[in-house]
Amino acid sequence: MKYIDEFRDGATARGLARRIVQEARPDRRYHLMEFCGGHTHAIYRHGIPNLLPASVRMIHGPGCPVCVLPIGRLDQALDLATRPEVILCSYGDMLRVPGSGGRSLLKAKAAGADIRMIYSATDALTLAQRHPDREVVFFAIGFETTTPPTALIIQQAAQLDLPNFTVFCNHVLTPPAIVHLLAAPEARELEAVPIDGFLGPAHVSVVIGSEPYERFAHDYQRPVVIAGFEPLDVMQSILMLVCQLNEGRAEVENQYTRAVTHEGNRKAQRLMADVFEPRPVFEWRGLGPIPHSALQIRERYARFDAERRFPMTERTATEPRACLCGAILRGVKKPTDCKLFDTACTPETPLGACMVSSEGACAAYYRYGRYQEVA
Amino acid sequence: MNAPPVRRPFAGRLDFEHGQVELSHGSGGRAMAQLVEELFAAAFRNPWLDQRNDQACLDLPPGRIALTTDSYVVSPLFFPGGDIGSLAVHGTVNDLAMAGARPLHLSAGFILEAGFPLADLKRIVESMAGAARAAGVSIVTGDTKVVERGKGDGVFINTTGIGVIPEGVQLSGDRARPGDCILLSGTLGDHGVAVMSQRAGLEFETNLESDSAALHELVAVMIAAAPGLRCLRDPTRGGLAATLNELAAQSGVGMHLREAAIPVRPEVAAACELLGLDPLYVANEGKLIAVCPPEDVERVLAALRAHPLGAAAALIGTVREDPHYFVTMETVFGGNRLVDWLSGEQLPRIC
Repeated sequence: MKYIDEFRDGATARGLARRIVQEARPDRRYHLMEFCGGHTHAIYRHGIPNLLPASVRMIHGPGCPVCVLPIGRLDQALDLATRPEVILCSYGDMLRVPGSGGRSLLKAKAAGADIRMIYSATDALTLAQRHPDREVVFFAIGFETTTPPTALIIQQAAQLDLPNFTVFCNHVLTPPAIVHLLAAPEARELEAVPIDGFLGPAHVSVVIGSEPYERFAHDYQRPVVIAGFEPLDVMQSILMLVCQLNEGRAEVENQYTRAVTHEGNRKAQRLMADVFEPRPVFEWRGLGPIPHSALQIRERYARFDAERRFPMTERTATEPRACLCGAILRGVKKPTDCKLFDTACTPETPLGACMVSSEGACAAYYRYGRYQEVA
Repeated sequence: MNAPPVRRPFAGRLDFEHGQVELSHGSGGRAMAQLVEELFAAAFRNPWLDQRNDQACLDLPPGRIALTTDSYVVSPLFFPGGDIGSLAVHGTVNDLAMAGARPLHLSAGFILEAGFPLADLKRIVESMAGAARAAGVSIVTGDTKVVERGKGDGVFINTTGIGVIPEGVQLSGDRARPGDCILLSGTLGDHGVAVMSQRAGLEFETNLESDSAALHELVAVMIAAAPGLRCLRDPTRGGLAATLNELAAQSGVGMHLREAAIPVRPEVAAACELLGLDPLYVANEGKLIAVCPPEDVERVLAALRAHPLGAAAALIGTVREDPHYFVTMETVFGGNRLVDWLSGEQLPRIC
């Protein structure tokens, strides 16, 4: 079994690091945002920040689906899970995230709620078939990567005419979030533009292709390089961004050619379009409401929509006042700028969005990078 | 065990093919006596158990006594390379061995769930007896309780172990000093990944087997080769990362690892990659970490590698001064990172 070592070769990495140092001018700034939590994780896990010159700084974006899910939506999932007829299932990452009052799915499970960790969307469908006497609710989260599987199981549930299966849909969309970041008030102020270029998502782009990034790369004059999740992918993409900035280009380039095409996966896109439609607006934890940034289940599949089957009360929750997650997600602040970081807010007791999953900027920094601050 | 001597045979023998554990098997009556007689006493047979007392009276050789206890709740109960029975022997034997003790005796406490197949219980008990025999320890006392169906997970086992530390052996987690070398006895993550490959909802095919093994003989040759050995610990739950953080905090030192030197089987690396897990945090049941002064490192490595359980041993890092007791690592990639404690349970990542 190979395909791992090739993308983690130390000698190649050092070669790329040398070229980045050669290309990056010490007198200019390269603030590059990796949108995806997967990239954030890879950057810290492999120690990439040490390999970059001082002028190149990575800013960790909001591309962690667990982190950006608002507490109110999690509270609604917890409400669902405590209904006696419901088996709530979701991905492992989601189980630990704290909702209001320190509740979490793991704690609710310990208190007796029937909550199952699943590894793929089809497991949810299987659960519903195995438990015809129960209501199986799939707590669906994620970007465009995890959306097609959810669409597929909703179609399959329709074909099977499953009466006891619904989806609590929290799928969100990448391009509107990036546009929101560039259009945020901080970005419009002169000399406060924090982001010079983007490392584009890997798996998300496999589905949506490189084409959706072209408009904002042009409109906002920011280069985008779609990057794979392996550390060598990340290094090469950083080099490509540095070169674009030096040359004054703002194009969409694709480093992850082994998986991403210009138009993306048409079949997956059709699947999503058949089952989902954009919500008028959706709240992102740390970023606030963003128009057309999430999906809801179309009318024709309404019977598989948990929000229509069960009475749902709107839940609003407030974030801790000192939490800087919003500014961190927009690239304006660093995790260590936050007073709560490593004091009240740790991976064991996360208070803000960026600390809840290992892909969040604060959690990744806490887990892999913290030693640098005190050294 | 702990049952009255049996003077007359029971009405019929226990049905180890189709029978099940019943509540009466834990209630202190004839049914329990029969289970003890026909299963536990028969499998674990030794002079102490044969006395049928409520306790074992032991004559121990001279030296300091090491005592440890551990409870086993693994799911699934049977996995490639072992089962809860062998694990319950190896885990406790290893906890004794990490102090340099020669393991001698174990107790065994069983919590059984009503309805559990007697055939499976027999398989577990026989595996436990086999592991104890192979490790040269006797299971000398024990206890059985039965809980109602739905209130247990088949079988829980607790074992307590007692061993004797030979004169002059001083191993402790607080003895690591800056400049010391950190050694690992073999590949990381085999046990955790082998167990996970069998877990419901996650079944994947692999030829991988758990590394579950008793390590006291390996420890004995290491001590013989290098009496200056400072600390030993087996990286079980929480994996290498948790164990090194424990040792660093106990000794008040930092540790720095080289990722390229840490042996991980390609199939373990691949499974971890798929599941979004880090081999540094995956459990092992037949590996040890050793800290020794630099002048001993060649001797310890040679002793490890000469033993089948240490054939893939490697020097993986060094101890250094650090007021924050951080464990850091130079990645294969050439960067540096922290190797932190595990937070919560290691859960698969979404994307």
